[in-house]
Amino acid sequence: MSVVIGKRESIRTRAVQCAFIAAALLFLFFFLGIPLVSVFYEALHEGLRAYGSALVTADARSAIFLTLLVAGIAVPLNLVFGIAAAWLIARFDFHGKSLLLTLIDLPFSVSPVISGLIYVLIFGMQGLLGPWLFDHDIQIIFAVPGLVLATIFVTFPFVARELIPVMQQIGSEEEEAALLLGASGLQTFLRVTLPNIKWGLLYGVILCNARAMGEFGAVSVVSGHIRGKTNTMPLHVEILYNEYNFAAAFAMASVLTLLALATLVAKSLVEWKFADARGGSVRYVATMEKKIS
Amino acid sequence: MKNKLILMILSAVVMAGAFNAGAQEIALLNVSYDPTRELYEEYNAAFAQYWKGKTGATVTVSQSHGGSGKQARSVIDGLAADVVTLALAYDIDAIAQKSSLLPVDWQKQLPQNSTPYTSTIVFLVRKGNPKQIKDWDDLAKPGVSVITPNPKTSGGARWNYLAAWAFASEKFGGDETKVRGFVTDLYKNVPVLDSGARGSTTTFVQRGIGDVLISWENEAFLAIQELGKGDLEIVAPSQSILAEPPVAVVERVAKKHGTSEVARAYLEYLYSEPGQEIVAKHFYRPRLESVAAKYADRFPKIRLVTVDSAFGGWAKAQKTHFDDGGTFDAIYQPSK
Repeated sequence: MSVVIGKRESIRTRAVQCAFIAAALLFLFFFLGIPLVSVFYEALHEGLRAYGSALVTADARSAIFLTLLVAGIAVPLNLVFGIAAAWLIARFDFHGKSLLLTLIDLPFSVSPVISGLIYVLIFGMQGLLGPWLFDHDIQIIFAVPGLVLATIFVTFPFVARELIPVMQQIGSEEEEAALLLGASGLQTFLRVTLPNIKWGLLYGVILCNARAMGEFGAVSVVSGHIRGKTNTMPLHVEILYNEYNFAAAFAMASVLTLLALATLVAKSLVEWKFADARGGSVRYVATMEKKIS
Repeated sequence: MKNKLILMILSAVVMAGAFNAGAQEIALLNVSYDPTRELYEEYNAAFAQYWKGKTGATVTVSQSHGGSGKQARSVIDGLAADVVTLALAYDIDAIAQKSSLLPVDWQKQLPQNSTPYTSTIVFLVRKGNPKQIKDWDDLAKPGVSVITPNPKTSGGARWNYLAAWAFASEKFGGDETKVRGFVTDLYKNVPVLDSGARGSTTTFVQRGIGDVLISWENEAFLAIQELGKGDLEIVAPSQSILAEPPVAVVERVAKKHGTSEVARAYLEYLYSEPGQEIVAKHFYRPRLESVAAKYADRFPKIRLVTVDSAFGGWAKAQKTHFDDGGTFDAIYQPSK
């Protein structure tokens, strides 16, 4: 009797399992699969030539170049900052440490639009420094520097937040040993610390870069939308769409999508390579990603 | 690794500098409102050719587009526009008042109130006009879904609102309560307020939301030409408003850029015959008699009131209706 009940229950659990899996797959299909396919369908349905020519117009090329330029400045700067902050937080105890941690997290919790407005309030003509900048012919917002600043702000936490748990987990024994054996600070960093954190660092940089290239809200506020000059790729997609130029808009969107897919592949590779060393921090990143999206 | 990093940063900075270098040719920035994208794309090329023939200099005009109010705000905040071509005078007034980048009497600097072209507000409906929309009355009826942008950010939306208000005012003999009731009913029918006219057009045409789009006449013609030949129809109401989108040189910015002369010429050329031809081609109503006569049968004849006669000017209309705490705030409740 009891065996029969057990069997029935196991059938029931399997049914429940299947139902859940089916629901998840359906959800993924409708909310991720269809949009992904439709981006490429819309981009390509007027033919490969239309697709290609949409990407080589002067405005499109400038948007691609600008996106790479902004990411190319923001990511290295955040890399340097991230290492410094993580090292400080993981290795030292000081007053205000939790405040610093909270501040690093701030860009995650603040709406990107606010991030952009902050810079308008500081560097805008009505803002703190605006009139002085105007008199000295320095353009910060509505120009490339503003885009870089806004991007740095929104991608601020990625590297630091990724490295802090890694460095805490590793501990400082190896570094102390190196120092005791007579290594200089730089040697210790390059020979001991960096090899230990390199995968975590790479992971943070990948995430940081993905966000830097895809950011819309904050850069939209500080861009001024001058075509050919201050439009990044996400902004250019919007412009093309608003100009009834749907094939070109989706062509540009597909390039962004490809960049995102490449990021995903790179991310998975790094995760796979590094899975054992830092299971905990992978989970942490997953929750942080959920928070942002 | 470190050297590479420094190299990367340096090269990026150099590239950023390259953006500002090469100032041999004249660069103008025209900050405009939403539906003028196609107009200025063609006009900029024509002007560049004209200016090259006249002076030998190469002039490149960059464009920025968005809701008129939002664009004015950007210029106030320091978007370095040499010229502004916005949807209504009040937005340029706001720039003059808040930033003193151009004189308060800017509207006297160019002919015809600095308005080289006019337009009006019409309705765009789906093929066969299934809801039988003929006039403003029909927009306030229950069960009709109306698309119009947000008057707080969009210039076109403010023209739309005022046109509806002027119609009701005439209909009810100026009875304020009834007029307010009418406009309230109309905005009850609005499911979504986009921030600019172009956003509303794509909502209506592309996303298929709504039974009628209240739109700039030029935007309605363009939507039909680009997207909806045979799918959309223009309905001219019995009365509408004379929309005057003005243009101005942002004098302090142009002076700093050394572009005062070319910026003024850029706007003056809009009044010339070739300029007016381009204007008419993009469905704006030309000012020049000869060009207007040529394109007369293109534009429906509608009785048009002006902001000055019906509302006592833009400053007053803005204050009564669109400023915080104005009539629009009182009547508009987002639909739940």
